[in-house]
Amino acid sequence: MQIYLPVAELSVNWLLLLGLGGGVGLLSGLFGVGGGFLMTPLLIFIGVPPAIAVGSEAAQIVGASVSGALAHWRRNNVDFRMGFVLLAGGIFGSTIGVQVFALLRNAGQVELIIALAYVVILGATGGLMLAESVRAMRRQRLTGTARRGKLHQHTWLHGLPLKMRFPKSKLYISALLPFAVGAFVGLLAALMGVGGGFIMVPAMIYLLGMPTSVVVGTSLFQIVFVTANVTFLQAWQNQTVDIVLAVLLLVGGVVGAQFGARLGQKLRGEQLRGLLALMVLGVALKLAFDLVATPQDAFSLGGGRAH
Amino acid sequence: MTALARLAALLLVAVLACARDAAAQPLVADLSSHEISITTGFAGTELLLFGATDGEGDVVVVVRGPAGPATVRRKSRVLGIWINTDSLRFEGVPSFYRVASSRPLDQVGTPGMRQRHQIGVGAVNARAPEGTPPERLAAFRDGLVRAKLREGLWDDAPAQVAFMGPKLFRATIGFPPNVPTGIYNVEVFLVKDGREIGAQTAPMRVKKTGIGARVYDFAHRHAALHGLAAVMIALAAGWAASAAFRRN
Repeated sequence: MQIYLPVAELSVNWLLLLGLGGGVGLLSGLFGVGGGFLMTPLLIFIGVPPAIAVGSEAAQIVGASVSGALAHWRRNNVDFRMGFVLLAGGIFGSTIGVQVFALLRNAGQVELIIALAYVVILGATGGLMLAESVRAMRRQRLTGTARRGKLHQHTWLHGLPLKMRFPKSKLYISALLPFAVGAFVGLLAALMGVGGGFIMVPAMIYLLGMPTSVVVGTSLFQIVFVTANVTFLQAWQNQTVDIVLAVLLLVGGVVGAQFGARLGQKLRGEQLRGLLALMVLGVALKLAFDLVATPQDAFSLGGGRAH
Repeated sequence: MTALARLAALLLVAVLACARDAAAQPLVADLSSHEISITTGFAGTELLLFGATDGEGDVVVVVRGPAGPATVRRKSRVLGIWINTDSLRFEGVPSFYRVASSRPLDQVGTPGMRQRHQIGVGAVNARAPEGTPPERLAAFRDGLVRAKLREGLWDDAPAQVAFMGPKLFRATIGFPPNVPTGIYNVEVFLVKDGREIGAQTAPMRVKKTGIGARVYDFAHRHAALHGLAAVMIALAAGWAASAAFRRN
């Protein structure tokens, strides 16, 4: 049952990898998220070097997102104009991210930065999501229906230059805004081995004010290309993409996601969001604990392989 | 393992024949194989070392993987979290280390001899930059040993060299799934009265074979092409897997 991962240079049980892929796939189908934020820490936990986990997970997300992106394209749910601006930012951010990753790896700090990024980003999004869903559930109990807040608010962000029209999203905003969002998510994709949908989707809704109908499709469109860029650059510059690992996770993940999507239809939206928030917070807490707890041994063999 | 045992028996007969011819040699030894192939299903392996001595004495076997630099990092607490704050780079550190002996290591030879032949993890080569303060060196060296032990690449518990009769001996050396590739050095010493009276070296190679080896080569030699291929494979696999599932 063991399979030797050629680039990671370690031998793991391939059933375990299929199972991990399936389990995370189930959750990602259930919640409609990519699952990279769960998979990368899990891979590190089972002994895959962090750099390989991040690079290979990017390849897995490419595969996991492509069918969703195609489906949304067919249903005409992609705002390509917005998608390309986000993508330009994403390519910019992820290219910088891969360089930063290589620098950190040589300095022996890449594990710390990955863990810190996870704690901060997951802690913040998890907390916000939990608060939001608790509020929604309470509101529903009070009035019987969930109401939405104001769709569109004008802030200083709308006074930025380089205004651009996005007819599909019915927006007239500065192109700098989606570019910055794309760049930030791209940077995280390179550093954390995530697609970044869990940040991209809220940013599109609350920051850019895009209509929800095109949010998921546009975000998937952007994620496919940004994670493809991360995969290419990580493989090229850091040699940290193990395609055997990625494909095993992908096969498990695609199957799991189908079951998850069916299961998801039986649960209510606020409950789903609440559960997702708890899971995100759980991962953040576990990683935070690992950073604070006294390590078994203060010494470790570090930073890249001694070739 | 029966195939290995049969092979060993055959080889022992051969060694005996050789030992009789080369009566002048105090020690003759060989490995059941001089090559370990890492294939796609590789999950570690064992090699049998066997040989004969021309008289009494202790037999010690030292297996060392290819040597290279190793950076050891030390964490300390900064603002409540543990961060790598210090590091020391050692040179000439064997990537892999195993020892086997017919007696507890501290009863074999003298400390000087053990140090010279890298017998025991405490004696394994690791050169720190000149002028490193002794306490710092000792702390980092211990850290290096512990890290190597944790990875299973070094082993401080010697394997047993078993004597069958007064002259024939054998030992089983285990290699874990994460065994590094490269040229290995297997040294066998015959020690008597604190002196080494015979020694023999057998080279050994650990290499990747099959598809895994080609993938690794491709990933390192043509990194950009490998990156493109990885993206293509991920796209194709993702699309195919979801298409296949939808039809059912």
